[in-house]
Order: sequence, then structure tokens, then C-alpha cells
Amino acid sequence: MKLKTVILAGTALAYAGGAAVAEDMTLVSWGGAYQASQKAAYADPYVADHPDINVIWDESSNEAVAKLRAMNEAGNVTWDLVDVVASDAIRLCDEGLALEIDPATDLADAPDGTSAADDFGDLLVSECFIPQIVYSTTFGYRSDIDDWGGKEPDDICDVFDLETFPGKRSLEKRPINNMEWALLCDGVPKDEVYSVLETDEGLERAFKKLDTIKDNVVWWSAGAETPQLLADKEVVIGSTYNGRLFSLIEEQKQPVKMLWDAQVFDLDGWIIPAGLPEDRLARVKDFVKFATDTQRLADQAKYISYGPARKSSAPLVGKHADLGIDMAPHMPTDPENAKNTFLYNYEWWADYRDDIDAKFQAWLSQ
Amino acid sequence: MSDTTAGEVLTTKDGQPLKVALAKALRREKLRSLALIAPLLIFVLLTFVAPIVDMLFRSVENSIVEETLPRTVVALREWDADSGQVPDEAVYAALYADLAVAVEEKTHTRLGSRLNYEEGGMSSLFRKTGRRIKRMDEAGPFKEQFLEADRKWGELATWNVLRQFSPRFTDGYFLSAFDAQRTADGIEMKPDNERIYMLLFGRTLFLSIVITVSCLVLGYPIAFLLASLPLRSSNLLMILVLLPFWTSLLVRTSAWKVLLQQQGVINDFLVWIGLISDANRLVMINNQTGTIIAMTHILLPFMILPLYSVMKTISPTYVRAAKSLGANDWTAFWRVYFPQSVPGIGAGAVLVFILSIGYYITPELVGGTSGIFISNRIAYHISSSLNWGLAAALGTLLLVAVMVLFTVYDKIVGIDNVKLG
Amino acid sequence: MANTRGAAVKYDGVQKSYDGEALVVKNLNLDIPPGEFLTMLGPSGSGKTTCLMMLAGFEPATHGEIFLNDRPINNVPPHKRGIGMVFQNYALFPHMTVAENLAFPLQVRGVGKADQQQKVQRALEMVELGAFGNRRPAQLSGGQQQRVAVARALVFDPELVLMDEPLGALDKQLREQMQYEIKHIHENLGVTVVYVTHDQTEALTMSDRVAVFNDGVIQQLSTPDDLYEDPQNSFVAQFIGENNKLNGKVIGVQGDGCLVELDDGTQLKADRVNVSAIGDRTTLSLRPERVEFDTNTSMDNLVNGRIEELIYLGDHIRVRMNVAGNDEFIVKVRNRGEKRKLNVGETVQVGWAQNDCKALDAVA
Repeated sequence: MKLKTVILAGTALAYAGGAAVAEDMTLVSWGGAYQASQKAAYADPYVADHPDINVIWDESSNEAVAKLRAMNEAGNVTWDLVDVVASDAIRLCDEGLALEIDPATDLADAPDGTSAADDFGDLLVSECFIPQIVYSTTFGYRSDIDDWGGKEPDDICDVFDLETFPGKRSLEKRPINNMEWALLCDGVPKDEVYSVLETDEGLERAFKKLDTIKDNVVWWSAGAETPQLLADKEVVIGSTYNGRLFSLIEEQKQPVKMLWDAQVFDLDGWIIPAGLPEDRLARVKDFVKFATDTQRLADQAKYISYGPARKSSAPLVGKHADLGIDMAPHMPTDPENAKNTFLYNYEWWADYRDDIDAKFQAWLSQ
Repeated sequence: MSDTTAGEVLTTKDGQPLKVALAKALRREKLRSLALIAPLLIFVLLTFVAPIVDMLFRSVENSIVEETLPRTVVALREWDADSGQVPDEAVYAALYADLAVAVEEKTHTRLGSRLNYEEGGMSSLFRKTGRRIKRMDEAGPFKEQFLEADRKWGELATWNVLRQFSPRFTDGYFLSAFDAQRTADGIEMKPDNERIYMLLFGRTLFLSIVITVSCLVLGYPIAFLLASLPLRSSNLLMILVLLPFWTSLLVRTSAWKVLLQQQGVINDFLVWIGLISDANRLVMINNQTGTIIAMTHILLPFMILPLYSVMKTISPTYVRAAKSLGANDWTAFWRVYFPQSVPGIGAGAVLVFILSIGYYITPELVGGTSGIFISNRIAYHISSSLNWGLAAALGTLLLVAVMVLFTVYDKIVGIDNVKLG
Repeated sequence: MANTRGAAVKYDGVQKSYDGEALVVKNLNLDIPPGEFLTMLGPSGSGKTTCLMMLAGFEPATHGEIFLNDRPINNVPPHKRGIGMVFQNYALFPHMTVAENLAFPLQVRGVGKADQQQKVQRALEMVELGAFGNRRPAQLSGGQQQRVAVARALVFDPELVLMDEPLGALDKQLREQMQYEIKHIHENLGVTVVYVTHDQTEALTMSDRVAVFNDGVIQQLSTPDDLYEDPQNSFVAQFIGENNKLNGKVIGVQGDGCLVELDDGTQLKADRVNVSAIGDRTTLSLRPERVEFDTNTSMDNLVNGRIEELIYLGDHIRVRMNVAGNDEFIVKVRNRGEKRKLNVGETVQVGWAQNDCKALDAVA
């Protein structure tokens, strides 16, 4: 009897001690509104249920690939979960820097019993990648340009039409998306774009098309640039992430409209760094399972206009937390917006990115 | 020993040779001073020398192919690349054996991304083949099975790349950094539409020189003023000079955008006073002009401070002396004041030049396409493409270029003619 | 002067103020004849250097005119005045060799290369540095640098050379040697030299005339011996050489002399320099070496004093006494061996002649 009491007390003490020392979990994300939406939708509810977890945010996603590689080489991975775009996830997975996951055990099934693998579907583009959102790179244009004579662009090729829509454009300083749009507007059917781009002639064709507007392009490298350029009237049309345009239009009330035609879907999600010790791995897997379930992904859309990566989340998308407007029409995946879309061809770009990027940079500096 | 007479060895009282005794006495001193600088020495070794050595090593290191495909590399040695035939079954068998292990260890995709730097498509080839390898018949024949997995295994180009990059060390990164490549006919330049690095090196050096010169032209009079004004007003001016240091780099750069862009403050003003028409607004940002303006502004204090500290030590009596000897204002400045300020120019110029040659944030933000530097590409390869080998080769070239320039500079100006005050 | 090819300098009513509130130089009138070695002597802040800088052209005169060979030069920039100048710290150009330093004034004047070389060599030899042409100033000793500075100021044959405390940075021995050298160069060349110093020995050794500055005004302008023997006021008496001060009141005037009653009642005879009437307060000035212990009744002034301190200095003995209530009264006794023994605490009689004792303006 006495012995039992002692053991019980000891266990209680150990438990109390464990609970008192909160375990740190470092999440890496992009900062800004996006990170805030993750915190509100996943992290805060999780911590409310798990007071022993202390979440630390690190805004390093834009350099996550290099940093993870450096950490891995140094043998000291301090991150527990890293938010990256899908192409980076594929790269990290190829490099052995990200952990492969099994959707059946590591991810939650949909409420109606659909398996996670089916719920995410094609969006599981890599064995290491746990998708969260679908975002798109698309165009915004100013709706107050007198030179346009009342016309407004409604087709991707209007970006290349300097006669009807004079003015500067902003495009991202990389080949991805720009090459596809150029070929598309040079008359290449959508399903042949990549096979054409694979050839030297196809590349040449894309550059020729881009040449027609090259003098009128401001090239951006950070997602915030196009909204600023549009707001300053420096450009009249510009590509960027749809969420940035949403806040420019709905939150800052700028006279800017969306051009959804030929928007390119891309994915953003989590990867778990390879080489985590057992206890940290167990904690982070528990968090990920919670953070990517149907309700959590739907909740995130309350804070930012990116589409949830699960099919089962779509019907649950509600109103914006502050603005109170319906979020569904602002989702890139909304049927009204998604009449003509592209999905970033990860496999293809993983193969040709280095090569085409070198050519693209050479073309830029000519 | 030469200054003592032949055969005579000076000794201490107890018969120890004097030199030995002296060396012993000095050794303690040396050890003690060594211990004093040891923290710095270790710090420099760890943070500076080691990374540079590592960088030099990475720029030629290529053991990944041999480590991942040891049997294939050996088998490939027998293959005659000029035969026009893909390797025989033995090589495919070796490849199967290697890949079976690699897939187990999940290293095949890493090799794929490495080889993809050399030949587009290798990345997916290895990924795809890795998925198929478990379903292959262990008994062979392997050639057909590989060709079935991906027809690229039947292409000469694939095998040529594998063979060319099988040695532990490669010059491939350096060739790429020189815009060159190794073809069947030996080393030759890449086609025009792929040459980029030499252009960027040239531009980086050129723009850095332009930035250095404009810093000098703008900074010299300010430093002169600082050095000759009474203390109270020179302190105020010094605060103004240092002001840029107190604001974040990004804020400053954004401020330049607001000022310089086509709908920006300067253009608005010029249009307003009628100097330019609304349709012909000047393009002053997102090009070389933007880079030069923004970087000159950012680096100006690095020119002014060494200039100022050197000028402060030049006594005004020198100019007076020159005038009393009959020199007019210009001659007195040019022949007497200016030569004495050259060490400051040297220090400032070296500082600004070296800082600007490695800058990449500002060029990235305001340089558009014509104002970006080689460092932007290095940063891209470090953080985006993960081609660290190429980044290291580019970094090494930059280091060499700077060292060559430094040597030339030393020959012309003299490195001992550089001082910070 | 043997061969005068110097310039004449004239300050005419020159005033100078830096801040518009106080005058640093107050109404300066000074004529310097060709070939003269004139020293401006005074404590720091007395205005002497300002006067020199105005002459060189580095400071504009606030009022008045300066003439060089009867030509007004207020509006002539320094480099057109053709005045050689030696600066306090020499101001040798550190980036040029000695020869280049010397050639500089010739180059800016467009002198031909061959001529330059010849003149440079001659100037170097004049200061006995013929072999040092290729050295940098930093490789020379202080004295050598000094000579180079002098040579550089003279190499372009100016008619006027200004020297601003040129020997201040040298040690005592070197300074004395350089005094003679500069004096000899001046004698040989016959240029006009205006020399600024705060060292009275330097001034007395080298100059034809000395202008003693104080408070922006020339206190006395005369030859070195006049300055010592006949100081015109208490400041000059104090500033030049050693001097005993005795304060009192004029109680009788007789021609050039006067009778002064000291504050303790002692009555002394003195030369009347700048006291005019009975009842004036005055300070008597008396050189220590003019006081005698071997007194006789024919002496004009005889006083008793107590010996406070004896300091043995080799060639003379310095005796500090209490005379007429002044315990800082100094007597210098030549060391002649046969001298009678002096003891501290002893009260002895001392005496001096009337014309060694000057009745000057009263100071506290």
C-alpha cells in the first residue's frame, strides 16, 4: 500500500515536471498575413489543447531550402516543420532533406471517411509534401486607365497586347509561368505547351513572344512588388499571388481588378525535415495531422484568400474573419475563376528549370 | 652567428649558447602573445578561412556519382563513348545493382538533381527509374528493363554525362562559371543565348568601379568640408553623413523607389516644372542607373569616413605653406593637399569597391535586369537552385578577380599607401 | 647691412578682429626697413602671430593697410606676395623628397628644369644638406627638417621671409645653434626677416630690432640692448630678462630722476621713465646683476636686507633676499672666488646706482 503511494506520487511529480517544461516546436513559414492565417487556423487551436507545446515561428521559408541543406550538413536540424512551395518540397525530397510521409497514417481522413490520399488527390505531388493551400499566380490590372478606352483585359493574351492595353507590365523575374503564358499566346495549345518548350525552337518562340513586351516589363522578385507597383501606377498589369491582389483590392480598396484567365495553380504545404529525433518527430507528426485536417484547412480560408488543399474543405469555406465577405468567390479554385487554369508542372520544371533559367537570365540581360 | 668571429660562440654564464637562451626567453613571450590572440585566431579560422576552403573544395568536388553508382562507374570505364553505341548489358547490370542500393538509401534522387545541373531531364529520369527499380526482374536482362522504364537510358547523351562526371573531381562547375562546356570536341563556349556569367562578372566589376568613382566624386568634397569646418558644424554634418546607416537597408531602397520610379517624386517634379513631358518620364530605376544611385548612396559613408579621418590629419599649414611658396589655390590643393589625402582615397575606394562587388540585395531590388550583379546569381544558386558547386565556382572566381584587382591596385597605388586614419 | 636686397614693410593703422567683438591687434603702425631682422616678441595671444599672418596674406586685416615696398597688399592673394615663410612645424610636404620640396616654389613660378636643379642644390648647400636631396622629410632629424624649411623659404629668392616660431620644436642646444645659422644666413643674403617668437633669448640674440607685443599693442620697439637697459614700461621690464619689482609712490621729482618712497617707508632714487608727478604710484624695476654687496657711501641707493636663500649656479650665485618687505628680491653675484662669504639669515647692506633703477608704471 505504502509502496504504491510512493510510486503514484513519483509518477505525478514526473508528469507535473513534464508539463511545466513546455516543449518547443519550431515552425518555419513566410511571415506576414500568410503566417498569421496559419497561426490563427492551426497553431493557436492546437496549443490551446496542448499547453505543453510551445510554438516558435521562424520566417525563413524563402530561404528554407538552402538553410535546411546547411543544417543537414552541419548535423543539427533545429526546425520541426517547414512551410515551402511544392517545387521546393520536391527538391528537398530529392535531396533527402525532407521526410517521406505516409498519407494513410500521417494524415487525417476526411470527416466523411474519404482517405487522406483521395481527399488531397493529385496535390500530393511529392512523397514528402503535405499540401495546405492552392494559390495561384495570376494578373491584376488597374481599372482606371483612360488610354484603354473603357476596355478591360479578360484574356491572358491581353497582357501581350500593347496596342489595346498600353502601359507597363510587371512579371516575375524567372521563366516559370512566363514561358507558358508566352507560348499560349503564341498559339500553342495548352496541352502541348511543355512538349514545345522542351525544344530549342519552342524556347526561341517563347522568348520571341516575350520580346514583344520586354521593353515594357518591370521584373519582380518579391511577391509584394506587383501590388505596390499597381498601387503606384508604375504598371497597369502585373502578375503576383492571388492573395496579394485580394488584399490590394478588398483591404486597401485600390482600383484594381483580377484577371483570372490562365492563372497558374501552385501549392504550398509542409515538409518535415529529415533526421529529427524520435520525440520531436512524434510531436510534429501529431501537430501536422491536426493542422491539415478538413476543418483546419477550411478555417485558414477565413484569413486569407487561398484555397484549401482538401476537396472536403471546400464546402466549409466561410466568410472573411475581419471583412465579413464571402471568401468562396475569391478563391482561385472557385469555378467562376477557374475556367481556364494551369497547374504548375513540377516534374517538368524540376528537370528543366536550371537549364531554362540560365537561358532566361541571359535573355533578360541582352 | 655571422657577426661573431669565427668559431666563437657566445654563451651565458652557465655555458648555454646565448642564442638558445634568447630563443627560450622569447618563446615564453611569443606563447603568451599567441594565447592573447588565440580567440581571434580561432574565430577567424572558423568563420573565415574554413568557409573559403570549403568553398574552394565544393567548386571541384564531385564524389556523389562515384559514391552512389560505384559499380556503374567502374563498368563505364570499359565503354567506348565514341563508338556511337550505348553501353552493353554489363553496365546496365551494374546500374541496377547500384540503383537498388541507392533507392534503398534514398540517394538516387540526390544524384539526379546533381546531374540535372549538367543535363536537363536527369532529375526526373532518376526519380522515375527509382520508382520502377523495385518492380524490375532481378534476373535481368536489364538493358530492356531500363529502356522500358525510360527511353533516356537508351540515349548516348545520358551515358556521356554519367561518364564525364564520374571522377571524384570535376572542372564542370568552373567551366559553367566561364560560360564554357565540355563537348565531344573539347572545351568550347556555350551558345550565345546561354552565356551569362562572364557578362555578369564584367558588369559587376564595371558597375562597382562606377559606384566607387561616384562615391569618391561625391564624398571627397563632403569629407573635405567635414575636415575643415569648425567642430560644431562638422559634427552636425557628420550626423547627416551617418544618417543612412541608421535606417534599414530595405527602407532606404524602398525610399529610392518612391523617388526614382516613373510615377515617382523626381519625375513628378520634372514634369511639373516642364523639363520633361508626361509621356517621356525618365527611367531611373530598375536598371543600371537605379543600381548606381542606390548603391552610391548606401556606400557613400564608407568612402567619406576613411577620407575624413585621413584629411583630419592633414594640417592646414601645408596648404598655407604651398600658397606662401607661390602656388595658387588649385595647385596648392592638387600638388600638396590631394597627394596627402590619397591614402584615404585608397582606403575608401577599396572599401567601397569590395563592398559593392559583393552586394546583392540592392541590385535585386532596384537593378531590374540590367543592373544586377554576379552575386545575385550566386545567391540564386545558393538558395534556389541549390547548385552549390556552381555557386562556389562563381564565388571562387569572384575572389580571384578581386585578388587580381587588388594586386594591380597594389602595383599602382601601393597597399601601404592605404590608411583609415 | 652689407648687401640689402630686402623689402620694406609698413603696417599702417592695422586692426584685426576675429569675432567683431574684441580687437586682437589694435592700431598697429610699424615700419620695417629693407634688410632688417625684426622680431615680434610677446606672450601667446598678444597678437604677434596674427600680425605675421596678415603680412603673409592668410588673414585679412579688418582695418588699415599693409604695404610691401610701398605697394598696398591687402588685396594681393598670398601666393602673389612673393614672401618666403617658415612655419612652426616646418610644413615640409611629406609626400615629396627634400629636393622636390625645394623645387616646388620654383616649379610653380615656371623656372626651367636646369635652373631649378641648380638653385635647389645651392639652397641645400647653404644649409649644409647638399647630400640629402633624395630623402623624405620624415627621414631627417628635427634640425635637418628645420634647415630644409629655411632653405625652401629662401630658394626662390624672396625679398621678405617670415618665420613663425620656427625653432619651437627643437631642443635647447639645437635651438641655439640654429639661431646663429639663421642669423648668418640673414647677414649673407640681406633679405628682410620678420620673426615671431615668444622666447626672449631668441629675440635678443638674432634681431636688429624687437617689437614687444602685449594685448594687441606694440609695447616697445627698439634694439635688443635698449630693450634690456631701458624698458619703457613694466610689461617690457618684466618680459625681457629677470627683474626685481619694488612698489612705491613718487615723493620728489628732479630732472630725469625722482625720489620714490616704498610702501615700508624706504626711500630710493630712480630714473624717471613713465611717471610724471609727485604722488604717482610707481613700480621700480631693477636688474638682479646690478645690485652690489660691496657697498660704499657714494652709491645712490643703500638698503638693508635679509638673505633668505642661496643658490649656487657655477658662474654666479643667486641670492634671494627680503628687501623693503619684498622677499622675492633677487641678487646675482658673479662668482669671483675671493668673494666674501654670504650666510642665510644674515642681514647685509646692498646698493645700486640710480640709473640702474627705473621708475615705471605701477603694477600690482
